Amino acid sequence: MWEQIRSNQVRSVVLTIVMGVVLVLIGYFLGLYFFNSPIAGLVIAALVWAILALVGYFQADSILLGMSGAKKINRDDHPRLYNVVEEMKIASGLEKVPDIYIIDDPALNAFATGRDPNKASVAITSGLLQKLNRDELQGVIGHEMSHIKNRDVLLMAMCSILLGTIVLLAWYGSRILFFSGMGGSRRSSGRGGGQGQIIILVVALVFMILAPIFAQLIYFAVSRKREYLADASSALYTRNPEGLASALEKIGASTGQLKSANKATAPMYISNPFRQKGRQASDLTSTHPPISERIRILRAMAGASFTDYDQAYRQVHSGKGVIPAGSLAAATVPIRTVKLEGEAGELNEVQRARETSDVMWRLNNYNTITCECGTRLRVPPNFRQSQITCPHCGRTHPVR
Amino acid sequence: MPIAAWVVIGIVVVLLIIFVAVYNGLVRLRNQVKNAWAQIDVQLKRRHDLIPNLVETTKGYMKYERETLEAVTKARNIAVQASSAGAGERAKVEGELSSALSRLLAVVERYPDLKANQNFLALQEELTSTENKIAFSRQFYNDSVLRYNNQTQMFPSNVVAGMTGFKAGEFFEVTVAAEKEPVKVSFNQ
Repeated sequence: MWEQIRSNQVRSVVLTIVMGVVLVLIGYFLGLYFFNSPIAGLVIAALVWAILALVGYFQADSILLGMSGAKKINRDDHPRLYNVVEEMKIASGLEKVPDIYIIDDPALNAFATGRDPNKASVAITSGLLQKLNRDELQGVIGHEMSHIKNRDVLLMAMCSILLGTIVLLAWYGSRILFFSGMGGSRRSSGRGGGQGQIIILVVALVFMILAPIFAQLIYFAVSRKREYLADASSALYTRNPEGLASALEKIGASTGQLKSANKATAPMYISNPFRQKGRQASDLTSTHPPISERIRILRAMAGASFTDYDQAYRQVHSGKGVIPAGSLAAATVPIRTVKLEGEAGELNEVQRARETSDVMWRLNNYNTITCECGTRLRVPPNFRQSQITCPHCGRTHPVR
Repeated sequence: MPIAAWVVIGIVVVLLIIFVAVYNGLVRLRNQVKNAWAQIDVQLKRRHDLIPNLVETTKGYMKYERETLEAVTKARNIAVQASSAGAGERAKVEGELSSALSRLLAVVERYPDLKANQNFLALQEELTSTENKIAFSRQFYNDSVLRYNNQTQMFPSNVVAGMTGFKAGEFFEVTVAAEKEPVKVSFNQ
């Protein structure tokens, strides 16, 4: 059952290698044209890539979490979220509970980050946290956990760094080439080799323009594939595809865009933060498969195994499956029909909203005092007096 | 030395390498099963610890549920005593505890005061999550046992397993019918 991780990894690695080849070609052309030695170009390309990759490897998660303004929580801040993460950690067989962050944003989204499963984090927006019930939350966290378990985060980070290097080099390279080419190729005049130089120039120019586009398409393809696999894994961990399906439905129905997301970090999220309404369903230039399609696949599943996901995918796409054939185990995995905990004790949306806002106040160091009249007083961290009066009923409360 | 001798030595070395690789694979799988079992154990213990607390908190509110509460306490004590038993025996007693608990949580609906109690809500979240964790660790344990058993029974790894004494693992299956059926909650007071 775990073999598909390896097999899918091989596929993604092959695509990444193709991107690497594109990078090498760019370096080759640049070197050939500017320094008359391909090696120099290759060294420059490798250097730029190595610097970006080192920064990405060691800093990507803190940059991502820092940029999104995520706040780390512990068990007492939000027991339900913490428990659900712990449940999915057990179901996925990970060794360590990832760090949990909440982003104070009404948009509905979540992401996972971290270069290896022992140093991973999951982050969820406060909006999503209050919108989802327990089953749906489980589905979303299961999806993020599988990104961690399958090491998608590292792969996508390395992939996006490759893409960044290609775009960077191609952008500068093509402009320098273009303007120096217009200026009557000073460099070639001394050596007197006109014809060959021009052919190289044209080929290099065309390549410089096409390479970033090509690399981007590969990047998007890798990203979409990982999303399908993460959906399938979430269904397998929770044994309940409906949870994730109904969470995606809620996410799809909302129109708010995440303020803190940007193009580079988009593939990390559970749904594309730049999703536009009415966009063509299946699209080469998208980091995520369309939500409606993901929901349809999840709802078409007859069981909870990868085989069932693959069959559902074939039904929706009427063609090739998304999970490599060699990894499809024959064992049947039934969908869980019994709610493990029963209906009792499930908070409704208003209660969840109150609970989430309590957490956000607390994370911002506000002290909450509940007055006997039912009023909640939020005491700011820089409040200096030793007691506070309830504005509603006039009772005084000591401030800790 | 004649070529035949070299060929024989070569075959022996290759077989030895395969043997070691298969053996190590079996050890890895067996450790995973052990580890998965430890996970279940942790969660079952956690549930045993939570129940006295739950009974204590609900007792004051539930005037007419003495039998339900007693059933939970009794099932819990039996389960605690069986903590060192094998997977099959434990699955049985823990299954009974699960069904006693779900009966208790189902009647909670009749006591709005209890449902408003912060202490109880926190306990209920813990219990709910522990039930889930038991289910998920059982799921992971059974998956691990399945893979381990497949390795010990399929050729050629079964030869290695037979020679070095790897025994098939025991599944953790809950056989109590009540846990497999959805809990019926009645809203009539």
